[in-house]
Amino acid sequence: MIPPTFEYLRPESLDEAVRMLPDAGEDAKVLAGGQSLMPLLRLRLAYPDALVDLDRVAELREIRDDGDAIVIGATATHHQVVRDPLVREHAPLVAAATATVADPAVRHRGTFGGSLAHADPAGDLPAVALALDVVMLARSASGGDREIPAREFFVDWMTTALEPDELLTGVRIRKPGPGWGFHYEKFHRTAQAWAIVGVACAVRRVQGAVEDVRIGLTNMGSVPLRASAVEERLGGGTLSDSALREASEHAAEGTEPPADLHGSADYRRHLARVLTRRALTAATTR
Amino acid sequence: MPRIRVEVDGETYEDDVEPRLLLVHYLRERLGKVGTPVGCDTTNCGACTVLLDGLSVKSCSVLAVQADGLPVTTVEGLSLDGTGDHPLQQAFHRAHALQCGYCTPGMIMASLDLLRDNPDPSEQEVREGLEGNLCRCTGYQNIVRAVRSAATEMRGREVTS
Repeated sequence: MIPPTFEYLRPESLDEAVRMLPDAGEDAKVLAGGQSLMPLLRLRLAYPDALVDLDRVAELREIRDDGDAIVIGATATHHQVVRDPLVREHAPLVAAATATVADPAVRHRGTFGGSLAHADPAGDLPAVALALDVVMLARSASGGDREIPAREFFVDWMTTALEPDELLTGVRIRKPGPGWGFHYEKFHRTAQAWAIVGVACAVRRVQGAVEDVRIGLTNMGSVPLRASAVEERLGGGTLSDSALREASEHAAEGTEPPADLHGSADYRRHLARVLTRRALTAATTR
Repeated sequence: MPRIRVEVDGETYEDDVEPRLLLVHYLRERLGKVGTPVGCDTTNCGACTVLLDGLSVKSCSVLAVQADGLPVTTVEGLSLDGTGDHPLQQAFHRAHALQCGYCTPGMIMASLDLLRDNPDPSEQEVREGLEGNLCRCTGYQNIVRAVRSAATEMRGREVTS
């Protein structure tokens, strides 16, 4: 179908974008890569008054070294992220999960920040953001710069902590020290389909003991979730096969997975347990 | 209405467009480039794949205004040098890589993007490169054969576009 009518605004700089956003009204949408928004418009599931297109804001595309962290600009495309040497070295989980997003043509347009701000619980990158405990960088004309930890960012179904006049400008990801292992395990029906369930995990081991572990779950509720019960069981212990297996059995605790034609809620709980075990195994055997 | 300037298949066009006009509708309805079909409403099928600034995109998921100032290549622009069909087009023909043909323009444009990046893809790499393009007739076997056959041909000829 043809999208509904909207006012089209195309700022050329971040400053201009931030100034435009409040004037564009509460029902304005920010257009990044458009790979989720454009289908929504075409299916007439969204009727924004205005689109603020970030395509020409070059400074938002940058991926840069920030000392003990890297910062991925909000509109860096998936294509760019997967190939970026900084991301590959310091955020391998982001590179690996991004490579599984949709298909090559969608990755050419779709953006890292767009996926996070869209906050689809079936999207791969929100769970990764939780597992890496990233910091969202936001800016508005009224409030200036603000930092939002990932665990406070996803508020409700497709709703984030961003204010209507606030723009996600980038994401800061700490460089991991030694001992970290990562893995994203995704289960989907066809190559380009959404994850039925996905599990992102980051594990740090020191002399065999689990020093730190964070697990993000894709599509196990209205927001991406942490598998806290698994994390608590593994923290401090040694990673034997049986400990890992036992802990993974708790992956679905506290989740409220959706039921749809791809699977029942029970099936998703089962997948969460199995995929968590696989993800932890892969993250700790490299 | 915004005015855009786009180079499509080597020719420059200037047009006033409604912001909501999709690139695929601009190509088909304003420029008559009906070689690029619309297959779905959900960015799944890939039939409308074109190259935008050298990279494959689904032209149903890009606004015409977003193509402003950028080159676009459609399947109709593949044999501009007058030497006949592009090696990919010949290979699809030769290998029976189509039945109804609806997905073919998108398959060929996605393949072109893949071969630019990886001139000698394995069978698995072809399948991954084309995962955004759906075909309901062939079962993909002959499409994969065609792409690998074209790749061999193109490496021999050093055809890059």
